[in-house]
Amino acid sequence: MPITKADIEKVAQLAHLELDEEEVKMFSTQIADIVSYVEQLNELDTNNVEPALGGLTPEGEVTNSSRDDELKASLGQEIALEEAPDPAEGHFRVPKVL
Amino acid sequence: MTSARQKVEFSLNAAENLNETLNAFLEIDRDGALARADDLDKSTSSKSLHGMPIAIKDNICVRGLQTSCGSRILGDYHPPYNATVIERLGNAGAIVIGKTNCDEFAMGSSNENSAFGPVRNPWDTTKVPGGSSGGSAAAVAAGIVPVALGSDTGGSVRQPASLCGVIGLKPTYGRNSRYGLVAFASSLDQVGVFARNVSDAASVLGVIAGRDEHDATTADVPVPDYTEALTNAIKGARIGFPQALFAAGLDDDVANTVRSVVDTYRELGAEIVDVDLPHARYAIAVYYIIATAEASSNLARFDGVRYGFRAEDAPELRQMYRRTREQGFGPEVKRRIMLGTYVLSAGYYDAYYRKAQQVRTLIRKDFLAAFQQCDAIITPTSPTAAFSLGAKVDDPLAMYLNDIYTVTANLAGIPGLSVPCGVSSERLPIGYQLVGPYWSEPTLFKLAYAYEQARPFTDKPLVFAQD
Repeated sequence: MPITKADIEKVAQLAHLELDEEEVKMFSTQIADIVSYVEQLNELDTNNVEPALGGLTPEGEVTNSSRDDELKASLGQEIALEEAPDPAEGHFRVPKVL
Repeated sequence: MTSARQKVEFSLNAAENLNETLNAFLEIDRDGALARADDLDKSTSSKSLHGMPIAIKDNICVRGLQTSCGSRILGDYHPPYNATVIERLGNAGAIVIGKTNCDEFAMGSSNENSAFGPVRNPWDTTKVPGGSSGGSAAAVAAGIVPVALGSDTGGSVRQPASLCGVIGLKPTYGRNSRYGLVAFASSLDQVGVFARNVSDAASVLGVIAGRDEHDATTADVPVPDYTEALTNAIKGARIGFPQALFAAGLDDDVANTVRSVVDTYRELGAEIVDVDLPHARYAIAVYYIIATAEASSNLARFDGVRYGFRAEDAPELRQMYRRTREQGFGPEVKRRIMLGTYVLSAGYYDAYYRKAQQVRTLIRKDFLAAFQQCDAIITPTSPTAAFSLGAKVDDPLAMYLNDIYTVTANLAGIPGLSVPCGVSSERLPIGYQLVGPYWSEPTLFKLAYAYEQARPFTDKPLVFAQD
């Protein structure tokens, strides 16, 4: 299936990427190539095959992952904000939303 | 006995001296590593990895050091916590000496996707080291450290191990914790080990393996003493040989060398059994749907809000997200985010993502059926020895095919081990891969150890740390 420039622009918007002209052109071709390669999967009849979602190993699937609901120490506000590009008064500050 | 300080000092000197040539390290922690070594030398307790210098791929969090993932979007991000595997290595007496270069967010097979320049192969510095954990592979191959950690999503430990002539292990999915490993494709990622001999790899796995309450996908399966598996007693072991995979696209040197490994196993008393993996040829297609879909979701968190890089010229929030990601990510990461977003987008989910997960089931079933007849399966690790820097950068699909032998283990969740077994006509290392059933790491170690004893790999790369 051909992939148009408009398709690429729409996907870029969904992915929060602001691509330049050259990238749109490059990705149109490359993604079309990769998609046509992966379409070889259509040779296979998978009507009665379960998708491999969830745990891979039987042991992983039965391992109980819940813990007791007890308070535990967390990072704390100061450390959590240490790497923020623009922290302000205990918050992550961002540019205006509207 | 060598003190921890002596061992660590040797590794630090080698890392510093060889980095201009190899570009294997993004950060070297001389002061911190020496301080930890001195503390260890003063203590009286004996630890299993006492003073063992170790290098860590720069997508695994080590408190106090950077975690860039080879990306500008994280840059000099300093995580406020240790990954569980780092915590466990520290408790066992290992000493982190630095963070190693890698393909951006572990996406690549040549290390050329690092924002901080490619790593060079110690056997020939015009060749790639493989990827994505190229820095860790090169650091071990060049004798800088005895062991290193990497991450393996589709072959990112085993393939560079093969191209650099060292041991590389991807454990069973859920064998060790991913807490503190920056996520690429969560149903495929696993922390793996590089070493120059099987015994070191076994010791390190024993330390990092096991259930972790911070990672719900770790399984509650007992951790054996992997070093106990290191015996020569492989008589009667059944090794599966998938004839169909020794076909088109496989380099002659690699095919012949791996066939001679099969002969060696036969001489050592193993039984070679024909096996068929009929869906293996679909693995790359399945992988590039599932891995990119998961990556597009995992990498949504890099938006310039909580950590890392933020674009400056963006007065509005959505603009800030887009420009941050546009300027922060490199081309391969963008390509995979785009592909992953495409295959998950409305109208395509069933055709691509669901279809790929169904074929993943078929691949997994192939292996489970094959393991009814054998204890492990042998294949090449990589279809070729190390290729030249720049040779495949313009052709993403050709680059992806480097992982043809390794991705199946990630898709099925089974363990895989790459073992060096010779050199090509250009004197570049060749590796073979053993894969086995879930939790069969002891079997893989045993088989690799028997080969290592019978045919020790003694060739040394051109770039090698001097004693």
